Amino acid sequence: MSQTTNGPDNGPGNELDNGAYRTSLGASVDWGLLALILPTLAALTQPVGTLNGETLSWFGGSMAPMFLIGVVLTVVGGRTAPSRRKGAWVELAGVVMAWLLPLHLLNEGVDLSAGWGVWLFLIAAILLLWRVLGALSAAPGWTRSVVVPGLFGLGLLVAWEVLVRGFQVPAILLPAPSRIAGALAQHAPVLWDDFGQTVLTSVVRGYVMGCGAGFAVAILADRVPFLARGLLPLGNLASAIPVVGIAPIMVMWFGFDWPSKAAVIVVMTFFPMLINTLAGLASAERIQLDLMRSYGAGYGRTLVKLRLPNALPFLFNGLKINSTLALIGAIVAEFFGTPVVGMGFRISTEVARMNLDIVWATITVAALTGSGFYGGLALLERATTAWHPSMRQR
Amino acid sequence: MTIKRGLSPSVLPVATMTVLLLVVWYAGAAWLNLPQAEEALTRAGKPFGFADLLTQAYSMKRPILPTPDQVLTELWTSLTSYAPTSPRNLLFHAGVTAQAALTGLAMGVVLGTLLAVGIVYTRTLEASLLPWVIASQTIPILAIAPMIVVILGNLGFTGLLPKAVICMYLCFFPITVGMVKGLRSADPLWLDLMRTYSAGGLRAFWSLRLPASLPFLFTSLKVSVAISVTGAIVGELPTGGQAGLGARLLSGSYYGQTVQIWAALVMAALLSVLLIAVVRGVELVLLGRGGAR
Repeated sequence: MSQTTNGPDNGPGNELDNGAYRTSLGASVDWGLLALILPTLAALTQPVGTLNGETLSWFGGSMAPMFLIGVVLTVVGGRTAPSRRKGAWVELAGVVMAWLLPLHLLNEGVDLSAGWGVWLFLIAAILLLWRVLGALSAAPGWTRSVVVPGLFGLGLLVAWEVLVRGFQVPAILLPAPSRIAGALAQHAPVLWDDFGQTVLTSVVRGYVMGCGAGFAVAILADRVPFLARGLLPLGNLASAIPVVGIAPIMVMWFGFDWPSKAAVIVVMTFFPMLINTLAGLASAERIQLDLMRSYGAGYGRTLVKLRLPNALPFLFNGLKINSTLALIGAIVAEFFGTPVVGMGFRISTEVARMNLDIVWATITVAALTGSGFYGGLALLERATTAWHPSMRQR
Repeated sequence: MTIKRGLSPSVLPVATMTVLLLVVWYAGAAWLNLPQAEEALTRAGKPFGFADLLTQAYSMKRPILPTPDQVLTELWTSLTSYAPTSPRNLLFHAGVTAQAALTGLAMGVVLGTLLAVGIVYTRTLEASLLPWVIASQTIPILAIAPMIVVILGNLGFTGLLPKAVICMYLCFFPITVGMVKGLRSADPLWLDLMRTYSAGGLRAFWSLRLPASLPFLFTSLKVSVAISVTGAIVGELPTGGQAGLGARLLSGSYYGQTVQIWAALVMAALLSVLLIAVVRGVELVLLGRGGAR
């Protein structure tokens, strides 16, 4: 109904917006495109780099003009595309081509550190990427929530690679992503052992024990309000103090192997879980509780059928906070002593030996583990709490 | 009167919990330290009773678990017997840590606010950057602390800055998230009012959006201060630093000085609580003047 009445009403207005009013010069110029063209023109006046000690200009016999023509073609294509969004995809191809240029030149053995032509060209490519992202982030759904951040991240990664290799940053400061990936592949067995020791053994056990204990005590405190009133202020205090500092004590008590790491994780994760569970259990509404009572449901049944399902978003919040805390707890505890395996041990020893690519590879593993852990919980949350009122607003 | 009525229901439970905690602590200390105490007394060769054993367990030089009074005594002697500039005084170490934490916090506030302004005013940034801001926090940054310290050390930065950078990385996230919410919290009616005054975007930002975001900023600040202290302490671990609460923890763990570790921990907790209280005080003063609430 509403659609059929809306269509004709909105029609004329849209037409006006789309073109009829383009009278002033300011509105008809594509300023974004102009901002692209200026650095590109400036880039053409500069050399692209030095090859065997001689400066190499844009048209000095390399493949560089081919890339330039390709990018120009995509921009023209994007401009004439039927819709802004389709044009954005065409322009994206231009961005990819522009960023392939420095990689190609580097493979040819060209030294880019004085090649301001390439760097200016890349600035134009960044502006083009910005334009693409701007067009794509107007799109709803999947494109906006996954493709746009994905492209942004990829852009950062490629920029890192090109800058590090182009300016020949020493690997001791910052290795290129390709080098980190190489180290990841080369040291895979060692990294897998570290992952097994730190994540599969310490983190999983500590996490399950800590969250389980927090949850159990919260249920108990819910039954005994006296306990809840006494524990909540202590919990708030615990969230203010640097709990990670107990790591050396736990290593002294429980030895170098996983129990000490698990103990640190238990102490770190206990209070967040307790506080979140209590808040979740308190979130059931009066009217819902009254309904359960009118059904003749006792404490246990109300808990299982109403209050725990209702508390799920709070429980997941606690679990998500704890997923990061658990990883941090395990790795920091390993700085104080481990058997000769584990991510914290690897980081601290390889930093001392200046093998920074292994360190970066370990950090990549840790980052992927953390994001995967968090992402898995977020997916699980979406699967189990899709019905909850808190998910409706989006 | 109303304050008293509001407090009294929780005073008794909290007091009970604290007493319970102390009882468990003393019992645990006795249980953990008894074997060592027994060994020490047997070596002395004199006959001893259970009372002697207990006194010995509670006054070990390097207990497995020190008693609360041992920790407090250590803290008190450290604070009163040495000058505040002496490395034997915990205030000195707390000062070093607080300096790094506050510098990092300031950097984090600047970075977080800039990111939030960008995200609020640019849709492209919101779509492309916000997911990465969130993802950045699932990375166990504290694990990267030693590397940041080494890299910045290679670049010639030592001392305060590496620690502050770690704190900044930890702090910026709550600030960004809070400020994005805060900058958007201005009532649309007020924004319309600004428009009727023909105020430009910049004017609306300084006079309306920024003041409206202050309550959110302070909520984030309280979270950030606490993590910043944690960050500074962990940042002090790998440097093998001479000063700071983290260095104190590390040296205590090397030499088995459990009382020293516990005293440093208590000092860290006090520092954290104090800094949060300061933020809370500034909040009360500033927001009270702004007439919020």
